[in-house]
Order: sequence, then structure tokens, then C-alpha cells
Amino acid sequence: MAAAVASNETLAHVFAALGDPTRLKLVAVLCAGGAFSIAHLTQTTEISRQGVTKHLNVLAEAGVVRDVKLGRERLWQLEPARIDEAKRTLESIGREWDLALARLKSFVEKND
Amino acid sequence: MTTLSDTDRIERSILINASRERVWRALSNAEEFGAWFGANLSGQVFKPGERARGQVTQCGHEHVYFDAVIQRIQPQDLMSFHWHPYAVDPAVDYSDEQPTLVTFTLKDASGNGTLLTVVESGFDKVPLHRRREAFEMHTGGWEAQLQNIARHAGN
Repeated sequence: MAAAVASNETLAHVFAALGDPTRLKLVAVLCAGGAFSIAHLTQTTEISRQGVTKHLNVLAEAGVVRDVKLGRERLWQLEPARIDEAKRTLESIGREWDLALARLKSFVEKND
Repeated sequence: MTTLSDTDRIERSILINASRERVWRALSNAEEFGAWFGANLSGQVFKPGERARGQVTQCGHEHVYFDAVIQRIQPQDLMSFHWHPYAVDPAVDYSDEQPTLVTFTLKDASGNGTLLTVVESGFDKVPLHRRREAFEMHTGGWEAQLQNIARHAGN
């Protein structure tokens, strides 16, 4: 039943990488699909070139985006697998809360 | 990708067939809280600004602790705490890590019941490996909990 899951360390990096509004903006643009140059991302998001570069590096470090060489150009694209893993982890924590709430319900309803 | 911002919080609710007062007691009385949550909090009291800490009561996880600082207590309405989910190593000082915030709120529901909602937030700042360990220890209770839920759903 257990699917292969990224290590806790990796997921921690993904959450940290996503926990920034500028980075979220970049990911939102890349979510539409395709691969884009830094110049394009700078134009589309109105983030400075320096900012885009800096944030892309953080995202790349976390495995959320990767770069792709097309001829002499270096383009960036989303790696959705990492984000999906992070979401699944949150889902499993949410399920654990469901269990905790069920225990509370059971406790209260039996101990009136 | 509107769900991206949802990586910071979790929300769950449950309808309980008991008065608000009764549910509130199970939340605000530390010993009762420990009884259903699964930690030994006997002799402790939940008070805003104060820490509550106790060993988890599941076999094989005696090294794991429930460790929280109570934030707000609004009788019958809301109870919240910051926690370092399951501080594992007694020798380590976890106070440098950003805790998540857990908030319970109560509402009256039809049929003299109570709707209880829990929100845990602040995930983007917390080392994930620690939350994982916290909840992993509960998965052993799946069978029992599923039976519990089924039994109560049948009511």
C-alpha cells in the first residue's frame, strides 16, 4: 500500500521552497506547462532578473523545478512530482487528524 | 494552481453527539485531552502561555512526547496551542524550530450536537520529518479507529 515516497529531508526542502510568495508566483507561471528562460520569467512576473535567478535556484535545490538546455538556451520547467509528494504528505497528516478527532468523538460520546 | 497556498494548513471537522460543554471539557482539561489524544498529561493544566508535555502512551513510542505551549483559551469556543510535534530526543532543545499552530473551534450543531473543527497551520516553516514521526506512530491504530468510526457512524 505504501508508495515510494521522498525522504523527510527532501519534503522539508519542498515545503520551505514553496513557503515564499515570490517563489509561488514563479511556480504558478511554470504550472501552465512548458519551459521558459529567465528573461521570459522576468518579463511575465515582474520580478527582477536577480530575484528570478535566486528563487529558481532555491526551487531547483528542492527539486521543484529543473533546467533544460535547448541549443544554447537554458530553460526552466516545473517538476510536479515533488509538489505532489508534498501534497500527499499533507493529506496523510490530515488523515491522522481525522483519526485523532474520531478518538475524541469516541471518548466524549462514551464518557458522558 | 490555487491549491499551492494550501500547503500551509490543514483543516478537519467532526460532528460529535454531545453538548458543547462536554466537548469543551475534553479539549481544555489536560488529562482528558491526553486520554483521547494518546499522551500522559496527568497532573497538568492547560493555561495560555504555559507548556504542557507528556509521554505518548503508545507501546514502542515511549521516547516520543506531546509537547505544546497553550496559546488561547476561550471557554466553549476556541482552544489553540503551538507544538513541536512529538519531540523525540529529550536531549535536544526544539525551541529554535518554528512550531505549527493547532486551533480547535466549537460550534453548536443540530440535534444537540457539537461541530468541532481543527486547523493546523504553519507547515511551510516546520521541518517535515518531525511532523511525520508524530503521526506515523498513530498509524498502528488504524484498525481500531476504523472500527470505532464504523460503530459510531452506525449510531
